[in-house]
Amino acid sequence: MRGMALSLVVFLPALGGLLIALLPRDRDGLVKQATLAVALVTFAISLPLYLGFDARVADYQFQERRPWMPSLGITYHLGIDGISLLLVLLTTFLMPLTLLASWHSIEKRWKEFAVTMLLLETGMLGVFAALDLFLFYVFWEAMLIPMYLIIGIWGGTNRVYAAVKFVLYTLAGSLLMLVAILALFFQHGAATGTYTFDLPVLAQYVLPGGQTQNLLFLAFALAFAIKVPMFPFHTWLPDAHVEAPTPGSVILAGVLLKMGTYGFLRFCLPLFPQASITFAPWVIALAVIGILYGAWVSTVQPDIKKLVAYSSVSHLGFVMLGVFALNPQGLVGGIIQMVNHGLSTGALFLLVGMIYERRHTRLIADYGGLWKVMPAFSVLFLVVTLSSIGLPGLNGFVGEFLILVGAFQWNRTVAVVATSGIIFAAVYMLWMYQRVFFGEVTREENRRLQDLSVREWVVLAPVIVLIVWIGVYPAPFTGVTEASVQALISQVQAKAAATAALAAR
Amino acid sequence: MNPALSVPALVAPAIHLPAIGPVLVLAITALVLLVLDLLPPRERKEHLGVVGLAGIVGSLVVSLYLWGADERAFQGMVILDGFAIFFNLVIGFAVGLVLLQSLDYARRQGAESGEFYILVLLAAVGMTLMAGAGDLIIVFLGLETMSLALYVLAGSFRGRIESAEASMKYFLLGAFASGFFVYGLALVYGATGSTNIDRIGAAIGGGAARDPLLVVGFGLLVVGFGFKISTVPFHMWVSDVYQGAPTSITILIATGSKAAAFAALLRVLLVAMRQGQADWSLLMWGLAVLSMTVGNVVAIAQQNVKRMLAYSSIAHGGYILIGVAAGGALGNSSVLFYLLVYTFTTAGAFGVILLLERGGREAVETSDLAGLAARHPVLALVLTIFLLSLVGIPPTAGFVGKFYLFGAAVRSGYVWLAVIGVLNSALAAYYYLRIVVVMYMREPDGAPTVMVPSLGGSLALLVALCGVVWLGVMPAPYFELAQTALAPLLR
Repeated sequence: MRGMALSLVVFLPALGGLLIALLPRDRDGLVKQATLAVALVTFAISLPLYLGFDARVADYQFQERRPWMPSLGITYHLGIDGISLLLVLLTTFLMPLTLLASWHSIEKRWKEFAVTMLLLETGMLGVFAALDLFLFYVFWEAMLIPMYLIIGIWGGTNRVYAAVKFVLYTLAGSLLMLVAILALFFQHGAATGTYTFDLPVLAQYVLPGGQTQNLLFLAFALAFAIKVPMFPFHTWLPDAHVEAPTPGSVILAGVLLKMGTYGFLRFCLPLFPQASITFAPWVIALAVIGILYGAWVSTVQPDIKKLVAYSSVSHLGFVMLGVFALNPQGLVGGIIQMVNHGLSTGALFLLVGMIYERRHTRLIADYGGLWKVMPAFSVLFLVVTLSSIGLPGLNGFVGEFLILVGAFQWNRTVAVVATSGIIFAAVYMLWMYQRVFFGEVTREENRRLQDLSVREWVVLAPVIVLIVWIGVYPAPFTGVTEASVQALISQVQAKAAATAALAAR
Repeated sequence: MNPALSVPALVAPAIHLPAIGPVLVLAITALVLLVLDLLPPRERKEHLGVVGLAGIVGSLVVSLYLWGADERAFQGMVILDGFAIFFNLVIGFAVGLVLLQSLDYARRQGAESGEFYILVLLAAVGMTLMAGAGDLIIVFLGLETMSLALYVLAGSFRGRIESAEASMKYFLLGAFASGFFVYGLALVYGATGSTNIDRIGAAIGGGAARDPLLVVGFGLLVVGFGFKISTVPFHMWVSDVYQGAPTSITILIATGSKAAAFAALLRVLLVAMRQGQADWSLLMWGLAVLSMTVGNVVAIAQQNVKRMLAYSSIAHGGYILIGVAAGGALGNSSVLFYLLVYTFTTAGAFGVILLLERGGREAVETSDLAGLAARHPVLALVLTIFLLSLVGIPPTAGFVGKFYLFGAAVRSGYVWLAVIGVLNSALAAYYYLRIVVVMYMREPDGAPTVMVPSLGGSLALLVALCGVVWLGVMPAPYFELAQTALAPLLR
């Protein structure tokens, strides 16, 4: 079965989703258990990908390649390397927890919700595993619709506006990427005689530098920058996060945003190395603006969920900073930070969702003194808050430290300015924590709040374990990426040199 | 009488019936229906539709049997090649779906009559004739056969003012466009001395490409075609006709007549006007941009689903013209493939609307669809899939179709045309998704919208859905079919 392992992981959720669609509507309990089972089995069969992964090899592993539209050089080509492996695992890990968290919080049409979530999982896994540009694009676009439905059907009061905004922003960016993909396809075909959408083949090709490469880079970068989202393309994010139901927010923050940063790593850097280097200062400038802007805006948010949403802009600014520092520390830090952000922010959204289920408000002003009422909840919230700030010993520190080391090598001023983002993170997170959990209980309703249930413990415990694990002993996570990152950097440098040589000739 | 002045002996052209086999089957079916209409039962006419459907299937079988033929008959007036057969298939699917959907719908809405089915068949005769026309006269003959039938069909809701308006408007503007076409035909004949498409091509190849007579004549021909494929600025009739006509006839106008007009247009452009490719491809560029942009922008403002789909149809005409402008084997076969995809998608999207009623009237306003997902989840899902295909979201056929079209544009160096196309697609997503929003995210108010159970309508939706999904997942063989079909025109 090794030859099909990746396909199985990618398509099992969708297959399960189709079967669940056939279950009777009134058997809610059965639907919930079946959905959770599908997600758990998917996670279980994704573990062999990690165990069977050879960390010394930089190349793609678990590759599958079948002809799909041979006349256009389109193949069904899957494979993962050290960069995508962690993101695949993050997706399969978060999904069962998310479903468990929506046990009661999703109140209507659970069956449709389950099918949509499972289709979404296939779309996300496909994006991370696809090695053919056409196939990648298919997954990238197909995944939009389930997310749109999740926000639009199960979201808050202003859900329709948020859902449509999310789709239109993403679609506008990704359609330009489609034109760029086609342009690259024909350019490569005309130059080499081989017409193919295969990423490893296209990555070998040295695209002449200059305007063409810059435009192609910008078209790809726009699509990814909207997804990340980088300042100033982030305006869809607060709306989408605030209106989305808890599971939608968790998946959005945990996985979907990573598609943008992953896209930069997987496509922009190896395909357009010279343009990447040319535009690196601009990207880094936007990343640093995002770090500070996200932090400042977070500070003044009255709504916890919106605060966490804006903090994502800040955190992903760090990731982009690490990626475009274009050195091993920065890149590894960026990848680890992608995972960390998925865990910490995912957990924050889960926690906010739990308190929202109890009180049906997310305003900081409506809380206060929860420490006395819900001690266990408060402790877990504190751990996640500290992880999000980047306290040494927890996961956030590892990623941010590596990123700043990378940034320092690239430019000291940038590193110094970016570091202040961590201080601001402490300001907005701890201030929020203080107002919600410390002090006297100011509202009568808050006195009767129940502490965590067993189900909620089950949802949070695995995330907390990973947060501590990565913080204390990150080697199993950084180890698998290092070879791939090293290969990526040497490829970018070699190709940039080759492009320059091509221009000099 | 002086025997020396005798008229040259009239040589009857060789009759070669297989070349018009598909047309013949349809025409004979129409005649059989005329007779059947006089026989009992008088009050129900559904059996005519069933016989008509059998005729369509027969014509499809004949077309498939003739696949691979490449011949000219009636002194080059009629051509039976892969290109014609491909379009016969597209038209056959379109008309077949229309008949299936009409069976129950026409009776329910009070449009049923024997003539309804007869005219649908006659329209199919005209379309098929256009697909296989080797002579501008035959193009015109097919165009008029098709159009006259459609003018009447658009008005088959005799009691409704908007149906009468549709018929009248379609007829007046259509007649006007036909006038342009004939005038153009006359000028082209004057410039080249022939109405035969092959011979016009040969004459122009002899060096008359910039002859003003020819240029004007050709421009007038394009006006005639532009009307039928509803490109901007010849689109003024589209919204009112699509809205007022019975929904199944709207499908016929949107799919079959458009495909037939594109078939004839492609043959004229690629064979007769081959020398002027550089000039007309610029013209098509402009028409494509205008149609896409105007169609999509105006569609955003529509509250009536049929009107919205009418403007979307204008926009899709624009997308298809991208392929014509791009030209070459890739561009033109994308046009063929997209027409096939568009037939299934449009027949499906309108087909769902056609099954819905609210308080005894047709549910055609956007607000009528509110809460449809809760009441009819399967139907709402099916409509969603068709709408996604119209947006061009994978893995539906609409995505692959657009991918080929934009790919062809990029290949021919029209990168900006592709960029305008994709930006239009993003724009279009807004109004298509609005329908999804209404179905899934709004609660109904007032009388509930119900689905009328209909065997024919459901069957048609199933066929269309299979087409949209299958062409989206496994497009390669059908795209190659389109390429094979196109080959005779590029020789």
